[in-house]
Amino acid sequence: MSTLDIKGLQVSVATEAGFTEILRGVDLTIKSGETHAIMGPNGSGKSTLAYSIAGHPKYTITGGSVTLDGVDVLAMSVDERAKAGLFLAMQYPVEVPGVSVTNFLRTAATAIRGEAPKLRTWVGEVKEAMKSLNMDPNFAERNVNEGFSGGEKKRHEILQLELLKPKFAILDETDSGLDVDALRIVSEGVNRVKGNSDLGIMLITHYTRILRYIRPDFVHVFAAGKIVEEGGPELADKLEEKGYAEYTTA
Amino acid sequence: MSTLTTNYLAPTGREEAWRFTPLARVGGLLDSTVPLESVNSISISNPQNGVKLTVKSAADCPAISSSEDLASIRGREFIREISHIEVSNNVQLELPVLLKRSSLTGKPQASRTLISCGVNSHATIILQNTGEAILSDEFEFEVAQGATLTFVSLQEWGNKTVHLGRQHAIIAKDATFNSIVVTVGGSLVRLLPTVEYSGPGSSADLQGLYFATDGQHLEHRLHVDHNVPNAKSRVNYKGALAGDKAHTVWIGDVYIRSNAEGTDTYELNRNLLLSDGARADSVPNLEIETGEIVGAGHASTTGRFDDEQLFYLSSRGIPAEIARRLVVRGFFAEIVGKIKNEEIENRLMDRIDAELAKVGA
Ligand SMILES: Nc1ncnc2c1ncn2[C@@H]1O[C@H](COP(=O)(O)OP(=O)(O)O)[C@@H](O)[C@H]1O
Ligand SMILES: [Mg+2]
Repeated sequence: MSTLDIKGLQVSVATEAGFTEILRGVDLTIKSGETHAIMGPNGSGKSTLAYSIAGHPKYTITGGSVTLDGVDVLAMSVDERAKAGLFLAMQYPVEVPGVSVTNFLRTAATAIRGEAPKLRTWVGEVKEAMKSLNMDPNFAERNVNEGFSGGEKKRHEILQLELLKPKFAILDETDSGLDVDALRIVSEGVNRVKGNSDLGIMLITHYTRILRYIRPDFVHVFAAGKIVEEGGPELADKLEEKGYAEYTTA
Repeated sequence: MSTLTTNYLAPTGREEAWRFTPLARVGGLLDSTVPLESVNSISISNPQNGVKLTVKSAADCPAISSSEDLASIRGREFIREISHIEVSNNVQLELPVLLKRSSLTGKPQASRTLISCGVNSHATIILQNTGEAILSDEFEFEVAQGATLTFVSLQEWGNKTVHLGRQHAIIAKDATFNSIVVTVGGSLVRLLPTVEYSGPGSSADLQGLYFATDGQHLEHRLHVDHNVPNAKSRVNYKGALAGDKAHTVWIGDVYIRSNAEGTDTYELNRNLLLSDGARADSVPNLEIETGEIVGAGHASTTGRFDDEQLFYLSSRGIPAEIARRLVVRGFFAEIVGKIKNEEIENRLMDRIDAELAKVGA
């Protein structure tokens, strides 16, 4: 049982006009096995929250804390955070020329597990995971995210989730740009990982669509850099109906 | 010492062929007042049946190809003796022939080697360039009918070396020439892998990698002359650059003459910039005089390894140093793997890792 604890998190980015505050005190606690949906309008700071937890260098933490089982996450380097059990499925996965998916996955698994996975079982593991995500085996030989369609990029993120087995996964708009079939396959992937482990999930989304496939235990409404309302799954239904207008015009 | 040539005019840097080269750094190799010492620098370190090396008088063995390259033209003027490597007709050499250099002094020298592969022979020849040199160097290959020659040229020079080289192949009917050029060492390396054909059905595959760090100038100028019908050529060069004032130049000239119907050619150059301050020039150039061809194409890309990529890899637990190594190794694996020699592969990758570590990239 692990706990990811975000307290009073304040984050700024450097812009031409100076520092702009984006997160204005975010409080959120996620325990193993829980799924928290973070829903909010575009530009409300959802990705900033995700990136800040993962340690993207563009974001400056100006206040608050993030801890994983009491250990200060913000003091860790990006790779240490991943090794500690955090995973970020990115809204815009990055192309890495020259590195094949195979090579990338194996290097990542080696880093996370602390030793190189046994080649025999590893090859099978990757094949199996790719198959269940409906990914063409040729995919493994392509360069990371290079020339991938939007849907392929998202499947590739979930493939990594399956193989790296983190304690907590932050899924940043994993649903965006997916057609219904791909959404179902990707959601099944997430549910499979959750079924096989005690994964805690921060599911960031703009739309309620994905919540039909991945049932949240808690829903948090995010607006203007902080959580403005919290509730159970029923809150998502209300958002579906009424949108975010009530939160953005305040 | 030879007399100086009278009609030689040193390049000024305004010539198309020399516009990228830092001529101030060529160590006298192109200076009409500096004589070059003729050197037999090549020896076979693993003699085997079916291949022999003979030192011959240059007068008895004039160059088999005409060159427009000033460095090799000048080199030829000073060469007294050449090394002639012959692979017998119909032999299939089991082991690669390993060539090494000796007698390099670090003063301006010139060396010329002729490699003749007999009809239907099969050979792999690997040249390892190590140590320090200021060398004008020419290799010519005659690949006879039905023969296959794979020539691997490894530039693992020390960091003061100046190497101006030409590697010219003449490929006969149904013969194949595979070239793998790897340039990781040297202060200034300018190599000209060039190809012409003497019969149809022939094929050239020119692969290369170069990795330039701080202040290195690594230049590769390829030229494929499709001067016969139904010949094939493939060019694939990959370069990575890291550190301040690392400079690479890749020129890919493919010329399809009017009689070269049925030509099939494709050339590709990819560059990977690992840090700011490095510069990769890439100029593919295809000239086509006949439309009756199978295919002709080229592509050139220059990509960056940037903070976003580093973040992505790091966010999967991969430490920054390993992330860079992963990117570079992955990028080069395709070419290095073609050498099909694990010892060399490991040595090259280790060298690349070490260079990466040195520039702190
Ligand atoms: N790197 C950045 N530089 C400048 N502004 C940024 C940067 N990242 C985010 N922002 C700004 O912060 C706000 C929140 O962005 P983001 O976290 O991407 O929101 P969301 O994911 O909810 O759509 C937006 O106004 C956006 O323009
Ligand atoms: Mg976003």
